Amino acid sequence: MLNIPCPYCGLRNETEFHYGAEAGVGYPDPNTLSDSEWAKYLHIRANPKGWLPERWVHFAGCGRWFNLWRNTVTHEIGPAYLPFTTQPKAPDPDSNRDRMEGAKA
Amino acid sequence: MSEISFSFDDKLYKGIEGEPMAAALLRSGLLSMTNSIYHDRPRGVIGLGVEEPNAIVQLVSGTKESMLPATVIEVVEGLAACSLTGVGALPQMPDESRYDKTNCFVDTLVIGAGVAGLSAAENELRAGREVLLIDDQSGPGGHLRHLGLEIPASLFDVLHHKNLTYKSRCTAIGLYDQNYVVAIERRTDHLGEAAPASRARIRVWHIRADRVVLAPGAFQRPLIFANNDRPGIMLSHAAATYVAIHRVKIFRKAVVVTVDNQGYRDAVRLHREGVAVQCICDVREEAGGPGVDAAKAAGIPIHFRTTCVDTTGGEEGVLKTVILQNLDTKKNFQIDADLLAVSGGWTPIVDLATHIGIKPKWSEENAAFVVKHSTEKLVTAGMLAGDFGGDDDPAIFFGPELNKEQSLRAYIDLQRDTTLHDLRRAVGAGLSSIEHVKRYTTIGTAHDQGKTSGMLTIGALCQLGNISPGDVGTLSFRPPYVPVPFAALAGRERGLLTDPIRITSLHQWHVEAGAVFEDVGQWKRPWYFPKPGESMEEAVRRECIAAREGVAVMDASTLGKIDIQGADAAVFLDRIYTNMFSTLPEGQCRYGLMCKADGIVFDDGVTTRLGKNHFLMTTTTGGAARVLAWLEEWLQTEWPELKVYCTSVTEHISTIALVGPKSRQLLGELVTDIDLSKEAFPFMHTRMGTIDGIPVRIARISFSGELAFEINVEWSYARYIWERLWSLGIPYNLTAYGTETMHVLRAEKGYIIVGQDTDGTQTPHDLNMSWIVSKKKEFIGKRSFQLPYLKSSGRAQLVGLLTANYEEVIPEGAYITIQNAGADAQGKIPHIGFVTSSYFSPALDRSFALALVADGLGRMGEQIEIPLGKKSLRATICESVFIDKENIRRDS
Amino acid sequence: MTHTKDTLSPGAIGRRRAATLPEQPPQLWKSVKPKKAYDVVIVGGGGHGLATAYYLAKNHGLSNIAVIEKGWLAGGNTARNTTIIRSNYLWDESGAIYEHSLKLWETLEEDLGYEMFFSQRGVLTLAHSVSDLRSKRRNFYANALNGIDSEWLTPEEVKKLVPIINISPDVRYPVLGATYQPRGGIAKHDWVAWGYAKAASDLGVDIIQGTEVTGFDIRNNKVEGVHTSQGSIAAGKVGLVAAGHSSILANLAGFSIPIQSRPLQALVSPLLEQVLDTVVMSGAVHVYVSQAHKGELVMGAGTDAFNSYAQRGGFHVIEHQLASALELFPIFSRAQVLRTWGGIVDIAPDASPIIGLTPVENLFINTGWGTGGFKATPGSGWVMAHTIANGTPHELNKPFALERFVTGHLIDEHGAAGVAH
Repeated sequence: MLNIPCPYCGLRNETEFHYGAEAGVGYPDPNTLSDSEWAKYLHIRANPKGWLPERWVHFAGCGRWFNLWRNTVTHEIGPAYLPFTTQPKAPDPDSNRDRMEGAKA
Repeated sequence: MSEISFSFDDKLYKGIEGEPMAAALLRSGLLSMTNSIYHDRPRGVIGLGVEEPNAIVQLVSGTKESMLPATVIEVVEGLAACSLTGVGALPQMPDESRYDKTNCFVDTLVIGAGVAGLSAAENELRAGREVLLIDDQSGPGGHLRHLGLEIPASLFDVLHHKNLTYKSRCTAIGLYDQNYVVAIERRTDHLGEAAPASRARIRVWHIRADRVVLAPGAFQRPLIFANNDRPGIMLSHAAATYVAIHRVKIFRKAVVVTVDNQGYRDAVRLHREGVAVQCICDVREEAGGPGVDAAKAAGIPIHFRTTCVDTTGGEEGVLKTVILQNLDTKKNFQIDADLLAVSGGWTPIVDLATHIGIKPKWSEENAAFVVKHSTEKLVTAGMLAGDFGGDDDPAIFFGPELNKEQSLRAYIDLQRDTTLHDLRRAVGAGLSSIEHVKRYTTIGTAHDQGKTSGMLTIGALCQLGNISPGDVGTLSFRPPYVPVPFAALAGRERGLLTDPIRITSLHQWHVEAGAVFEDVGQWKRPWYFPKPGESMEEAVRRECIAAREGVAVMDASTLGKIDIQGADAAVFLDRIYTNMFSTLPEGQCRYGLMCKADGIVFDDGVTTRLGKNHFLMTTTTGGAARVLAWLEEWLQTEWPELKVYCTSVTEHISTIALVGPKSRQLLGELVTDIDLSKEAFPFMHTRMGTIDGIPVRIARISFSGELAFEINVEWSYARYIWERLWSLGIPYNLTAYGTETMHVLRAEKGYIIVGQDTDGTQTPHDLNMSWIVSKKKEFIGKRSFQLPYLKSSGRAQLVGLLTANYEEVIPEGAYITIQNAGADAQGKIPHIGFVTSSYFSPALDRSFALALVADGLGRMGEQIEIPLGKKSLRATICESVFIDKENIRRDS
Repeated sequence: MTHTKDTLSPGAIGRRRAATLPEQPPQLWKSVKPKKAYDVVIVGGGGHGLATAYYLAKNHGLSNIAVIEKGWLAGGNTARNTTIIRSNYLWDESGAIYEHSLKLWETLEEDLGYEMFFSQRGVLTLAHSVSDLRSKRRNFYANALNGIDSEWLTPEEVKKLVPIINISPDVRYPVLGATYQPRGGIAKHDWVAWGYAKAASDLGVDIIQGTEVTGFDIRNNKVEGVHTSQGSIAAGKVGLVAAGHSSILANLAGFSIPIQSRPLQALVSPLLEQVLDTVVMSGAVHVYVSQAHKGELVMGAGTDAFNSYAQRGGFHVIEHQLASALELFPIFSRAQVLRTWGGIVDIAPDASPIIGLTPVENLFINTGWGTGGFKATPGSGWVMAHTIANGTPHELNKPFALERFVTGHLIDEHGAAGVAH
């Protein structure tokens, strides 16, 4: 049960949110794209091991979408930020090395 | 302390209320409590708590929980239990106990109420934090309880601090991300029949804490030697506690085998209780400290560099002789004893820490894996953090060298009957990872989850490979820390509370009218309204005829309704729907189709323009939440410049569909301020009016192809309006209909249901709805229509089917082949599509269907087959509109 | 002393024993150090990777093969699934590959000379609403045409097969019907991987554990080897068979794949007297349960909503699942959750696998099995081996090419996959 910081409501349980995958993938002008570029927009989202900027929506609360840095290995939560604002820097990748290694085993 | 009686394996025993069942049984002389699972060896209790691998029982009184260690069951009058060989049974009778859950937010959660936990709690309180202290025992003190010692006065005050809540019998079962802890509190079993019926048997705690202090303590571990499983062989700390605290007076002669000073302390306790301790065998070369001095003072003989290699048994396999060996000379000697107390060192309880991926580190000093963790959020304390409190000075030793014969009876996992021999075979088979060894031998997979055997496995692997435990690494521990009944985790979300039920404001009327309901998402919708003695078929036929020939009414309130307002509402809808909405005049309605970006139909419904900047969108019943989320996602994350506001009003507005040639006449009796005439109020128009002064919005919308009116009214007025219709409807033979009739009527007209006539792979073109796809504007999904496969030939297209046999209804979901299609070489019959909707139509007096057929629109008139195992149905492909193609009835 | 005896006579319990497992062979596989070069390197030593190596050696006569595993063999999803085997998928393409797999399962123990407790005890898939019923019936008819054994059962017939199931119409989501695949069943997951590992090892395949692939040697868009934590290894061809970690490897090789890695949890109970002889699945209420050979109940839960490589999921997923399970099986009330765990499932947008060529020459990929991987192990290995050996896909995995996401020819198995993701 992740504890997710909604920028509007504060910390809430994960079950109040829906997930929106990688943040920052804007809707392209569909008519300027080749089929494979369009397919990339439709289907490909980042899936890294480590810090990922991703989208969440507080559907059972304020209903607002926001972005969040989260570590996909340690489940650490980084800064949240609003859409159309500057993305904060990724948190330090080495902040929790022993747990990162733990997950590798 | 009151004496009670309880039964075990149908025999009566005396005990002291609240003491562990294992203690009471031991005191009665019951050493051999069960037989082992595969080897059928007699086994007795070896431990003090949840680490117990042998004395596993099933409760036959109370709730009859399937499997519990006798070391944690508190005896109470009337308790009954029976032994298990490692396999539990599930009683058939319903579990009448209550289970509940609670949520808790706290500054600091301290897990473990031993000295370490209490001290940590004291620090937290001093820092001004609120503390929740949980512990799995019936009272605080941890090891002090086993030693019969009082909690120091200073720490005792901690328990009564106003900012501290203490929960006994409350076991943390899992540590999750961001300091989320799940714990189970056993609240009634220890009260027996005196437990109030209203009290939940187990409460599941969901705790979120700013700080978590882990002070769970440690388990003593056994040693690996031949025949180390006999009743009478116990962990030394457990043996001393049973003898000294629980007055178990059945042992006369004891041998203590140890790797640390704990063995000495336990030997002294046994000695003081009158057990003749024959000797202490210590693998170390020397030992010193208060415990050792006390043992020496008590005159207990001490053999250094000596340990146990084997035992012999007497009656029923109970311990008789201990065979000891000098580790240097390899010379054996034996001593008769009825108790062999083993101290193999301590294993801190690392489970919770490992749940969130923390890796324990091997500590030579402690001869154990420890977790020294101290961050702002998570702190370990006490034995887990390597603080063994003094002078244990343990040797790293897990057992003497054993030959093959000995290894066959040298047990590592007592509950799984896994031996050193099994482990050697695993290594011999080429397995190097401890996880492979675990899986090959099944060590650590029983009810105790390897609480004592895990470290022995690591130790044995070290001895085999001549490596350090730190190189082997620990086994992974997974929640829950102790087994938890399914019922506890299900809590009160049982029966009708498993999932919320959504009902309309007319629901009670439907119930009273005898409706049969179907589940649509979380909604209960009337499926059909059978009259007494009527079959579903008969009811649906009657309802259909009423709608086509007279007047019928249905509750359409479950349709999703989204109120969309704002200066850019029309622009927004143009982007969402495949067709144009900005051109829709105020006061009019339009059917719309929406696709996902991949071009696949996602939802549909009628949207009404209530004002220049005000629309009311309807969605499918099941799709309402999805669609609203979809709209919000685009507005918030792609088009924030659009001034549009979406609000779910599904449960604000009830919708009553009045359908049939006589609907205008009936409605006219009720609504006097709207001109309902064909000319004044055309199809797909909407009008505001009143019924008995109640504001209503009437719309000429038809999902049946009949003349129809939708009455939209504020939710709480719906029942009144509905009753008024019925009071006027008798001369019209007004008929209520449900979703089944709705399906028949709409299918006769060729109207699709998204999710039934689509399966997540259809474009609007596939549904023969190219007319709804705007060429003039951009909308979500449009680009995808240009992808090669989405514009290729051979795609499944929506068509109608006319059956050869008018009486026979093709089963929905059945597949369609060309005529006389045979099986191919692989025995497969190639198909060309499948039936999506299929009914008997009273209006057509025949069966008919809708289907998705490859290139179906180019196959009009083609005869096809529907193979159904032994028989096969025939039908002809036709257009998907079966009734009133000219829309004369609809627009009348 | 009064207590209701019910079925719990101590005598009866005293006689209750768990089934004995057959003894494992004295030699499984040889762990070796990597050679300098191989004809084929398989990245990922789970069931699919091992099966691929085995069929490369057995069906295609290759012998210079290495399987490189970063952790311990079969420690990923192979060790973490609920072992359900069936082939009654909806679409022709899926049915074909899973049925091919099931046919291989039926002779696998003989073929590998290794017992793996493959038990064709039948798989029931329940329907709980009118629309659920409709889609399950479609599935049933599709299977019939595709030569996949499937029966349609009424609630009463379900009850006959699984006496402990609650078919009362008065529960929140009553059982309205079910498809039944008699040839479906379960197997013992570790042993499946070990059987393949042993057989592959016996055919000369090098099994290399504890070795992480850290990069690829790609020249002129052609793979020529892999970089590992143990140094570089040259390879004529490379197959990526790494389930949840596929995205990472694909990125290392310079391309992206439409995969999201999500936690999927499962749980077991302690050993219990046999009460369930059939595999029961219910996508609508998220219950996937069987009782393993020794007697533990094995249950699958839903996926967590977010990407994760942590191999653990949220406890609320487990709680929700048990609430549903008790509705179907009231007798499970006193069963206990003994252990929960999580795997990393690789999920493609259409919930179907990706098996075939990649943008890099001689580099092949097999991923996206989501929740369906275990049952596909033999079939997946078979077609992957064919694809690698011939440089072109097998007839059965042609539809599952990476290219389908560009053409739009998806194979949407969300319904059949059961778990909602």
